Amino acid sequence: MVEQPPILEMRNITKKFPGVKALNNVSFQVARGEIHCLVGENGAGKSTLMKVLSGVYLHGTYEGDILFDGEVQKFSSISDSERAGIAIIYQELALIPEMTVYENIFVGNEIKKGFRIDWNETIKRANEALKKVRLNVNPATKVRDLGVGKQQLIEIAKALSKEIKLLILDEPTAALNENDSENLLNLIRELKDHGVTCIMISHKLKEVIAIADTVTVLRDGQTICTLDAHKGEVSEPVLIKHMVGREIENIYPPRAPRSSDEVVLEVRDWNAYDPTLGREILKDVHFNVKKGEIVGFAGLMGSGRTELALSLFGNPKGYRINGEILLHGQPEHFTHPAEAIKGGLAYVTEDRKAAGLILIQDVKQNITLANLREIARRNVVNSNAEVQVAESYRTSLNIKTPSIEQRVGNLSGGNQQKVSLGKWLFVKPDLLILDEPTRGIDVGAKYEIYTIMTRLVQQGMSIIMISSELPEILGMSDRVYVVSAGRITGELPIEEATQEKIMHLATN
Amino acid sequence: MAFLQNFFRDLQKVLRQNIREYGMFIALFVIWAFFAITTRGTFLTARNISNLLNQTGYIAVMAVGVTLVIVIRHIDLSIGFLLGFLGAVAAIALKVWELPVGVVILLVLALGVVLGTIPSFMVANLGIPAFVATLAGWLAYRGLLVVVLAGTGTIIIENEFFNAIGNGYIPDIPNLTFLPEVHKLTLLLGLVAIILFIVGQLNDRKKKLAYNFEVLPPAIFVLKLGFVSVVGLVATWVLAGYNGPSWTMVIMLVVVAIYQFMTTQTILGRHIYAVGGNPEAAQLSGINVKKITYFVFCSMGLLTALAGILYASRLRSASPQAGNGFELDAIASAFIGGASPAGGIGTIVGSLIGALVYMSLTNGMNLMGTGSDAQNIVKGVVLAGAVIFDVATRSRAK
Repeated sequence: MVEQPPILEMRNITKKFPGVKALNNVSFQVARGEIHCLVGENGAGKSTLMKVLSGVYLHGTYEGDILFDGEVQKFSSISDSERAGIAIIYQELALIPEMTVYENIFVGNEIKKGFRIDWNETIKRANEALKKVRLNVNPATKVRDLGVGKQQLIEIAKALSKEIKLLILDEPTAALNENDSENLLNLIRELKDHGVTCIMISHKLKEVIAIADTVTVLRDGQTICTLDAHKGEVSEPVLIKHMVGREIENIYPPRAPRSSDEVVLEVRDWNAYDPTLGREILKDVHFNVKKGEIVGFAGLMGSGRTELALSLFGNPKGYRINGEILLHGQPEHFTHPAEAIKGGLAYVTEDRKAAGLILIQDVKQNITLANLREIARRNVVNSNAEVQVAESYRTSLNIKTPSIEQRVGNLSGGNQQKVSLGKWLFVKPDLLILDEPTRGIDVGAKYEIYTIMTRLVQQGMSIIMISSELPEILGMSDRVYVVSAGRITGELPIEEATQEKIMHLATN
Repeated sequence: MAFLQNFFRDLQKVLRQNIREYGMFIALFVIWAFFAITTRGTFLTARNISNLLNQTGYIAVMAVGVTLVIVIRHIDLSIGFLLGFLGAVAAIALKVWELPVGVVILLVLALGVVLGTIPSFMVANLGIPAFVATLAGWLAYRGLLVVVLAGTGTIIIENEFFNAIGNGYIPDIPNLTFLPEVHKLTLLLGLVAIILFIVGQLNDRKKKLAYNFEVLPPAIFVLKLGFVSVVGLVATWVLAGYNGPSWTMVIMLVVVAIYQFMTTQTILGRHIYAVGGNPEAAQLSGINVKKITYFVFCSMGLLTALAGILYASRLRSASPQAGNGFELDAIASAFIGGASPAGGIGTIVGSLIGALVYMSLTNGMNLMGTGSDAQNIVKGVVLAGAVIFDVATRSRAK
């Protein structure tokens, strides 16, 4: 076989964000006509790399070169990369639910006759595109009325309606059931036979093994290795080893082992159904948390950990819930976060900007918001007491801000997280739920947050820590539960937990 | 020399930090100065200022309610004709049902609160956008207003007490002979208010110092006290020169004082701003967003009822045209006063000033003999200018 030049070559790509190097000198090659899988932990840089490739990050905002189809490319927009023949399909589908299938396939790429859209030609070409993805639906159906699996295929049909040479799929099967996933994988194989090169990002290693010709592993913004499936280099243990091979740095404060066996929270037979998504999001969840313990909840993004936290914390999203919560042995039924707070729970959200803080308000208003009663008499807030409370958390949590009157939106991520933490410590909870407590913050602030957590559990508080970062899970937890697809797939005492075991349970 | 240098540096700093708060006062000052010149002083006569404040009354009362609606990211278009409708109910209750005036007032206020639950339910429970829900209300009340007055047409209200709400002035202290042309009770009240203000500020400063908190530099603090006192004294003197404050002004000030206190000092107020700033975060902080929505729309209903009483009383009648377009006057006042449609931002005092700016334009241009079409153009430009100023200072604050 004659060596063909690769269709894509990305050379020494470096992409910096304020405070972090998301990609550090990454090189990546894709051969013509292959299925190339890109794997790595959350935050390894896969999506960033694909965004560089597809022109979301313009030429000039990163270092390095992109060679596509034999030419150096300098994309300054997504339409540039589309013109070159690259199509990307994101995890969150970009379809317009209220439009029909054929309108969606040609939106932004309308077929014109004079000044008008040629609808007949549009429908004809839409039918052809649907045939290519073997989807048998009426093109006049509204996308809203189709299931996620079919919507995914429409995205692909949309991509195929253009002249594409390279199709990028970002976790295409994350939201699909087994049947739909199987269909999709078959379709990708078929496209390969028709000469379309495909890059697929996936967390489901079984799929990767089933479909890939080549696998590239990224970790911490660097290429770790590229493996050839046809030479038998790809297997689950090998992939996991490369994905998690990160050294556990010694940034976790030492802590005496927990001494109490008193159970603070017990959850039994916990099921939740999300009516807006129309599917089961938690299935038969069972776990407990003891006094003075940090319980890690590991898993991949989208595995249902945040939903679990929300369903316990007064269920603000209105899931349909079935199951039992025992708090200090007493059955509880929280119907609003206010009740959960009264019951001694606190929840530091994963997305502090969208759901955790009020960015247009200042530090002190954010800190006192969840417990204004504490500093009020007859419903009138004592503003001097408020300042004292805010100042005390500013000192004890080392929040770096010019003043407590500073708007929270102006603080750095690490300091915002500390404000969020301060707010929830002020409700004086027995059980603190931390959802991705160190996401997007620098190492120094991370260490401070770990130190605060250690101090809290030593004072007898219990902590549930949801984290996608395995070193953090292993460094901080007393016990680890692994969540995958809405189920708890394993419980590991910290002595037995390893990155490999957790990743195995999480990708199951 | 060094003292003066420090003084001006501090003054500059304080002004720069608070440009958004002071901006409206400056705008009001500029507009008044403009009209003072163009009307050769007529605008600033005691009689006209008193008249202006009376005209502002019902709009300011509605603007207070609308401010909270805007703060929680909603809007209420129904309040103009709701005001007309509730005014008509008051007139009918007085003339047709012949209820005692006290009962009529309580009935209308209660009806306002009850009707406030309708948009609350549609917005909070059914998730209908407030624009649509209250547009439906706009149509319905417009029709209802005509329907309830169908039998009678415009109703003339003859109840003295009721009409005094919109036309009467607070009585003077009897049997005082000095300063014959001046309203002595006004002077007394004005002086008491200024003294209370100064004492309150001093106390607050003392407390803050005891806690070791940051306070204004002493020179600036004295300047602030002096400035506010002078403005207060001038206002008192002007009002005292013409009948003293009207009941409308008293009601307006009481409403503003209560809402200003509620929004800035109470848990409820903080929860309202939290819901406006980030509803999701507010809910996760244990705030009942639905309850807040109900409260805000019901308070809007209550204040609309109050404004309806003020307006019907001022005109001594209820007519099928009453309230037409008032919702937009109130909304414009709130935006001029610094409320943000993105939610979470807007103050009661700001909206009062906004209403004053808005009504000053009407009043001043009426004195100048400007036609109502030209007036609308000017108001449109001022509204746009106010919002542009707001956006510009806000983005700089980042």
